[in-house]
Amino acid sequence: MLELREIHKYYTVGSNKLHVLQGIDLSIGTGELVAIMGSSGSGKSTLMNIIGLLDDYDSGEYRLAGELMKGLSEARAAQLRNRHIGFVFQSFHLVPFKTALENVALPLFYRGVSRRERLKLAESYLDRVGLAKWADHKPNEMSGGQRQRVAIARSLITQPKLVLADEPTGALDSVTSIEVLELLRSINRDDGVTVIVITHEDDIAHLCRRLIHIKDGRILSDSPIEPKDPSGIVTRPTPLVLEPAEVLA
Amino acid sequence: MFGQDAWQEIFETVRGNLLRTSLTGFSVAWGVLILVVLLGSGQGLERGIKYQFRDDASNSIWISPGQTSVPFRGGPVGRRVQMRNSDFGSIKDEIKGVEHITARYVIRGTVNVAYGGLTQTFPVRSVHPDHVFLENTKVESGRFVNQIDIAEYRKVAVLGRNVVKTLFAGQSPLDKYIRINGVAFKVVGTFLDDGNASEMDIVYLPISTAQRTFGGADRINQVMLTTGTEPLIVTEQMSDGIRAQLAETHRFAFEDQRAIFINNINKEMQRFLDLMQGIRGFIWLIGIGTLLAGVVGVSNILMISVHERTREIGIRKALGATPGQIVALIVQEAILITSLAGYIGLLVGLGLLELFAKVPNIDFFRQPGIQLSVGLQAMALLVVAGGLAGFFPARRAAKLRPIDALRDE
Repeated sequence: MLELREIHKYYTVGSNKLHVLQGIDLSIGTGELVAIMGSSGSGKSTLMNIIGLLDDYDSGEYRLAGELMKGLSEARAAQLRNRHIGFVFQSFHLVPFKTALENVALPLFYRGVSRRERLKLAESYLDRVGLAKWADHKPNEMSGGQRQRVAIARSLITQPKLVLADEPTGALDSVTSIEVLELLRSINRDDGVTVIVITHEDDIAHLCRRLIHIKDGRILSDSPIEPKDPSGIVTRPTPLVLEPAEVLA
Repeated sequence: MFGQDAWQEIFETVRGNLLRTSLTGFSVAWGVLILVVLLGSGQGLERGIKYQFRDDASNSIWISPGQTSVPFRGGPVGRRVQMRNSDFGSIKDEIKGVEHITARYVIRGTVNVAYGGLTQTFPVRSVHPDHVFLENTKVESGRFVNQIDIAEYRKVAVLGRNVVKTLFAGQSPLDKYIRINGVAFKVVGTFLDDGNASEMDIVYLPISTAQRTFGGADRINQVMLTTGTEPLIVTEQMSDGIRAQLAETHRFAFEDQRAIFINNINKEMQRFLDLMQGIRGFIWLIGIGTLLAGVVGVSNILMISVHERTREIGIRKALGATPGQIVALIVQEAILITSLAGYIGLLVGLGLLELFAKVPNIDFFRQPGIQLSVGLQAMALLVVAGGLAGFFPARRAAKLRPIDALRDE
């Protein structure tokens, strides 16, 4: 599905040149469910931007579906993103003045699909994430979890081979986080879509089948893991009622 | 790019941002509205003033005697100047450029006009045939005073429409005899006048007949003439020539402005035309200023709006919008808003002008209106300006990398 060879990326901050990615070698196959972990500043977001064709790299080779992605024009990158990649962001990035349905349909507008057709498709994708009833609501009328599910529906509507989720649960509570990740897992399982989840939460990472650690722009470890049963992780907040025994003590 | 679907996407954006849309639209609509109202009112003013002039020939010179105000060759101050038939003759024969010329003799005291059992007072003017060209007198039936009337001292009269209405109650007055201060005159014509309604109260008589019948001898009270197509400078020379001639005959100082009043309507008309030119220029200045303010307003709002929409633009780009599509979206939106708002401004402006036109009885203000092409041009200017105002910030935003755009909070 995608292959990175000796990827280097520098940022210039003032007079300093930051070496953000220091030679990343990575290969991800079709249908994988990968978690990329790292603390902030580790380079994981930069890596995700390069994989998602949102940013260019300085040296190395990146092949997506066999094609070399280097020095793309803006327009070409936009086309490839639209065709191959679905994005899920930490802060959802829904268009605020559009309804859920219109938001989900938006990527198809840039593919030239007629309005009627794309709204029909959007409806079925909204239904799939369980939000058919919310089609006419604007993002600010929805909860964080609902918004993220709208974003997931939007990422899927172009039927991409790759879904990139950048901290998809970063703005959600733990219960909703698990729900969202379950949704991503089902997409991976049922549709065979490659899903890459970037996170710094251990619990979330351990719901995936392959775990990559990044530190200081290098891959620290890369190993398959046994995905946990999400039901074990769900920790409902403890009610603020003290047991009689505790009161006595 | 400009298909129905793209427009639908733009409608969606416009609907989703009503405040921004209406703010942008307002400055455009306001600019066009003010321009239309200004230009229309200017037109109304011009027509109104022209209307005031419609009654009399605008290329005329009016000469009336006064009293001397400067001592001259031993003559006293305050002496009345009395014009005579000979003055009329010498102006007619010696002043070059005279097209039509007439004198007026006014009968002393009240003039009673009677027909049948009815007697009424009407203003009576004794004139030469050319008088018909000085006031815009329109002969309705019969004829006006002619040269033979003058030569043969015929007792004939031409009546204004109101006189006919009063004395004849709808009957035709032609060939009937009316009595003017007891003297019988045969009615040979009737007329109407586009000017003041009171102009139609007048009875015209041949000047020679009136002078002889009512004891006027060879006195005349006024001379009026038209100057054809002579330019203003020639008509001024004519005025001076007349003044010099009368000063010579009646022995008053040429500089004595009160001995004789020479009113050159050409000059007044020119003054009015200059004034109109000035007003028109001023209106355009204000109008263009207003339009410019509108353009700046549109640019400003669009600039801010594009800045505000950085994140939305980032989202669209991440989802596959090319830079060209981003620019098209914003520019099309700008064009849609400005043309729609401009159209509304144009309609409201025209509506207001219609209302102004309905307000009756305003001197110097008639039939305001504008040429539609001017309104459309102003609108087109704003649409282009709106498109440009959208284009530059849109291009900058479209160049922004999606990750930077998405980071914008």
